[in-house]
Amino acid sequence: MAPPRALEEFVTEANEILETLSRELFVLDQQRGKEPDPDRLNAVFRGAHSLKGLAAMFGVDRLSRLAHRAEDALDALRLGKVPLDDRMIDTLIETLDMLQAMLARVSAGTSAPDLEVGADHLQDRLAELAKGRSLPAGDLLEQVGIDPQIRAVFTEYEEHRLRENVKKGVGLWKVRAVFGLDDFDTKLAALNARLKPLGEVVSTLPSSRPGDEASIAFDLVFGSGQSKSAIEAALDGATLSTLTTREGPVEVTPPPGPALSLPPQPRSPVPRPAPRWDDVSGSGLTPLAEPTSTSGLRLSPESSLRSLTQTVRVDIGRLDALMNSIGELLLIRSNINRLAESARQVGSGVALPKLWGQELQREARALERKLDELQKGVLDVRMVPLGQVFDKLTRLMRRLVRESGKDVDFAVSGGDVELDKLIVEELSDPLMHLLRNALDHGIEPPEVRRLHHKPSRGTIRLKAREQGNQVQLEVGDDGGGMDESRIRQVAVERGVATEEQTREMDRRDLLNLVFLPGFSTREDVSELSGRGVGLDVVKTNLARLSGLIDIDSRRGDGTTFTLTLPLTLAIIRALMVSVSGRTYAVPLSAVMEIASVRHADLQTIERREVFEVRGQTLPFVRLARVFRLPEVERERSFVVLVGLAQQRIGLAVDELIGQEDIVTKPLSGRLRAIPGVSGATELGDRRAVLVLDIGALMEELSRPQAAAS
Amino acid sequence: MGILSTHKVLIVEDSRATRELLAAALSGLDGVEVHTAVSGFEALKVLPRHRFALIITDINMPDINGLELINFVKKNPHYKETPLFVVTTEGRPQDRDRGLQLGASEYVVKPFEVADVSALVRRYLKLR
Repeated sequence: MAPPRALEEFVTEANEILETLSRELFVLDQQRGKEPDPDRLNAVFRGAHSLKGLAAMFGVDRLSRLAHRAEDALDALRLGKVPLDDRMIDTLIETLDMLQAMLARVSAGTSAPDLEVGADHLQDRLAELAKGRSLPAGDLLEQVGIDPQIRAVFTEYEEHRLRENVKKGVGLWKVRAVFGLDDFDTKLAALNARLKPLGEVVSTLPSSRPGDEASIAFDLVFGSGQSKSAIEAALDGATLSTLTTREGPVEVTPPPGPALSLPPQPRSPVPRPAPRWDDVSGSGLTPLAEPTSTSGLRLSPESSLRSLTQTVRVDIGRLDALMNSIGELLLIRSNINRLAESARQVGSGVALPKLWGQELQREARALERKLDELQKGVLDVRMVPLGQVFDKLTRLMRRLVRESGKDVDFAVSGGDVELDKLIVEELSDPLMHLLRNALDHGIEPPEVRRLHHKPSRGTIRLKAREQGNQVQLEVGDDGGGMDESRIRQVAVERGVATEEQTREMDRRDLLNLVFLPGFSTREDVSELSGRGVGLDVVKTNLARLSGLIDIDSRRGDGTTFTLTLPLTLAIIRALMVSVSGRTYAVPLSAVMEIASVRHADLQTIERREVFEVRGQTLPFVRLARVFRLPEVERERSFVVLVGLAQQRIGLAVDELIGQEDIVTKPLSGRLRAIPGVSGATELGDRRAVLVLDIGALMEELSRPQAAAS
Repeated sequence: MGILSTHKVLIVEDSRATRELLAAALSGLDGVEVHTAVSGFEALKVLPRHRFALIITDINMPDINGLELINFVKKNPHYKETPLFVVTTEGRPQDRDRGLQLGASEYVVKPFEVADVSALVRRYLKLR
């Protein structure tokens, strides 16, 4: 017997199969007396077949045996050996009920001796129904001359369907369509939908196209009584040829001229506006033309690289997956409603049956699984490759390099890394700033480089890579690097820091001064060999995206900026902490590490509490004081080290609860005024928890009055 | 085992429970990296992205059937040397014969013991 966890998976999937069977059988039941749709019959057969195999895999033999008998009867049915009469439909419906009852027992972990007799009886009836006339052996297909290469790939059922089409005397065609590898499924589904009203698609054969890795060809074996021109009208770019070599099918003389150039026929009765220049884009095979700029709205490439639209192009498959999840959620909702109703009827004060609890638990688990799927699905839809922005930046850089007269290689990698659309958009401007600075002020003129024994050709790198649930971007150059003494001098001149402060700073702190607003202005960039232009803007942009920016520079070797960003904004992973009995969420993307600090080791500098981690002195911020909560006396605190852009502080908390995925919702009304809070989130137990806004918190704390509390 | 000696195995199977059962068993093998596809179409998309050392496919699938997939793989110069197993519920004998004729190396009928398939995979990939 399979382990319980696996058995649960079995029950879930078997249940799905039975639901499909029940839907399809319902339609067959409704359409008694009509010729059944072969696709529907085959779907019912496939359901029984899959259930047989699945149940056998998981050692549920009794269920597998009954499914096997149903499969045999359905096989005879789809191969045309037996008719779909009332007796067959009734027996299949009874079998479905029995299978459902059996599955319920498996799920509840109880045996089912009472079902044995009924199941045996059904098995006998199904076996009787499966006995049909054997098919005539003479091979109709050889007579019409079908390419044996194609036949070799047919399942027996497909061969049967082809034979049925030959019997009907309809034309047999081969439809060849070539689609791009990334969206062939939707294109093929659209083609199938157009062909279905005209006949039957018997088989779909994929084949590679030598030398063309990006696309794939499909040969559809298609039986249709329609004229060649009628079929061609539905093809939309695919090509049509006859499948048989002998005894040409019923064929109406094709219209003169190449059928392929015919415009697609309007399929809806809605009157269409006069054709426009871009109407060709309606064809499934013509790539959408880049809209040429006719209106004179051409933007200067430097003004902004952001897209003009708020839209995301989504693979329809991703949306289908979302729709599926929603459908399944609705199902779970109705199950939970049913359970709630039965609980209500039992009344208060009476214990609910055990089965009820189990069922509720199962639904809860299913709900959890589906919500996870939905969450992942929605996030997937928002993801776009960074390459979209990298391509634009590459084009821009090529132009700028040409204009600058410098000799520079621009190396880009990691364009396939995907990020939330919103983040990608917000990133384009900061990246442009950094790259421009690298070119204008980082890379030295060729003669200077030669003087320093460097290759006269400089290199600017733009690199992205994924790291866990973060993306790291690097903008680097092998130029002159930054001059620390000059930074020190400018910082003091501009009043950003005192001379004493700059002397106490280590290299990293010193370099990070360039991100401060007012550190440098456009005039003095060149004497500083560069950095400063818009770097405060870059910092602000990144902070808005919960991103970190770090800088490393060595005189003579060049400068590298490292940007660390969360993959997505909509749902964030947070560290849940407790302060004076209340829970707060700290966005994990801002958390650098966690330490435990003895209060005895705290020091006070300029009336602020500070502590030391590996030689670095950081502000010690008691969250309880920030939120004016009663403080608990203790000897040591947990300190959550958070950083945003180049700042770092330690948040003292009482307890660490753990990590959780949270959806941040904006605050409303009175709550909006709380400083240092970006929103709220609801936990599993419906408690609302405030989410810390690390950026705002730091800003708040850097104000003089905040220190005095 | 270093990263270079990783064998990628593609499992094409529309039954989730069976797919996961197989994937879990094969992921346990040293040096095996398991990839899965839930349909023939998905397999067609995944194939060019990796160099698979072995493909395991079901026959009865909703979009293209396993035979069509085998035919595609065995006719493509990039993949034709890749060994391919059929793992399927017992069905029509003719389908089985065609699978082997089209170039499947092994034909495993459900229900199977996961350990047996693991052993087969180990043998084909020449794992210890």
